[in-house]
Amino acid sequence: MNIKTQALSGGFQEPVFESQGVFRMLMNGMARPGTIHIITTDIGQPEPLGEAAGAIALTLCDHDTPTWLSAGLLKSPVAEWIGFHTGAPITREKAESRFAFVEAGVAPSSFGLFAAGTQEYPDRSTTLVIEITALGQGPALTLKGPGIQQATTVKLKGLPEVFPRLWADNRALFPRGVDVILTAGKSLLCLPRTTNIAFQ
Amino acid sequence: MTDLATYNFAYLDEQTKRMIRRAILKAIAIPGYQVPFASREMPMPYGWGTGGVQVTASIIGPEDVLKVIDQGADDTTNAVSIRAFFQKVANVAVTTHTKDATIIQTRHRIPEQKLAEGQVLVYQVPIPEPLRFLEPRETETRKMHALEEYGLMHVKLYEDIAHNGRISKTYAYPVKVAGRYVMDPSPTPKFDNPKMHMSEALQLFGAGREKRIYAVPPYTEVVSLDFEDYPFEIQKFEQPCALCGAQGVYLDEVVLDDKGGRMFVCSDTDHCEDRREHGHAGEMLAQNKEAAE
Ligand SMILES: [Zn+2]
Repeated sequence: MNIKTQALSGGFQEPVFESQGVFRMLMNGMARPGTIHIITTDIGQPEPLGEAAGAIALTLCDHDTPTWLSAGLLKSPVAEWIGFHTGAPITREKAESRFAFVEAGVAPSSFGLFAAGTQEYPDRSTTLVIEITALGQGPALTLKGPGIQQATTVKLKGLPEVFPRLWADNRALFPRGVDVILTAGKSLLCLPRTTNIAFQ
Repeated sequence: MTDLATYNFAYLDEQTKRMIRRAILKAIAIPGYQVPFASREMPMPYGWGTGGVQVTASIIGPEDVLKVIDQGADDTTNAVSIRAFFQKVANVAVTTHTKDATIIQTRHRIPEQKLAEGQVLVYQVPIPEPLRFLEPRETETRKMHALEEYGLMHVKLYEDIAHNGRISKTYAYPVKVAGRYVMDPSPTPKFDNPKMHMSEALQLFGAGREKRIYAVPPYTEVVSLDFEDYPFEIQKFEQPCALCGAQGVYLDEVVLDDKGGRMFVCSDTDHCEDRREHGHAGEMLAQNKEAAE
């Protein structure tokens, strides 16, 4: 397949119902940080975008949501695929992005350039979708905060090494800050800015 | 052809749903903070819960079971209309039983039965801003929330105590969510405030006319504002429900005749019916039974 046909292929078969289903996973995931949700629909997204990350784009992105892509995604057919299926403008400005997608194995050096919202409008912030190796495997982390009864443990494999520092910086901005969705293939897990993470 | 075919699923177009869904996710991420959204015209007047209806329409799917209550009752005009609306535009299953519902849209009450994990409670909100009675300007109230400047709110509540000997607010009693934002729980009686605290259910609030969405995630601290010398208290009822004998529930007064006869019954009709089905009987029901025998 050439780049053009890859960009035009795939997508939801039944957009109304599939996007509702994916949204409910995201809503439940955001309401219960650390819970792992598995995407079941086949969306034919181009590499190196994962299924869950692609489904999130199809569900939430449109022409009102400037979207930022990490370098590997930007030079792949992913940029055109997201543009074609969602209408979202691809931006190189982190600060104006409503969504940002990051491929596996690379880490932003800081969340600081993404939109954190303002003190009056903290909702005007970027949601980062970061692909890692696996959810439910790897080193254990303890999460606390709204949506979590006392504490919960999650295992994450391939989380960027700088993540603890980035998250601490993000937590310090509250109520401003970015929200993160970690994805690994078909699975996803939400980390709203309220979640306190203890890295062992 | 049914006229269902002429509607989008759940009435709203996909772009509107996406916009509302994004607002809901941000609302959950910032508990108690009011997210602005571009409210749409709905085929019902403001005051009929257009905010709650838009939230429900954006989250509901074919697998859901919907319950709609107004003042605790499933059978009021408002509740019946909204339920019929979703049956028509989303073809979803409906119920009056709290425990069977996945989504409960409500005006003015929280069900008596403890909500469970996986349930979503959607509130219809007329005035989302708890500071509005202190300050009419949105720019100013937003600044107060931004700076966590809630001193004036406390002063106002304390003045109330000075004048009345107690905090006179019995509805829409302000709460602090997750230790940060002061939030209006919508015009539910303050009796229901403790049910919001550490609830297992996700709570979503939609204000249509005021174009705001806010949320309380499950297992989140919700504290009613109070003072050390005047701690928050809920309403207490002197008698049990006249129909089912329930105690510790919210009761409505029902006038029986023009000679001043009246009784107090559960405002939550499903809770009351369920108790009666399980053999509980209040004073009035026992009397009626005797009269019939
Ligand atoms: Zn009763």
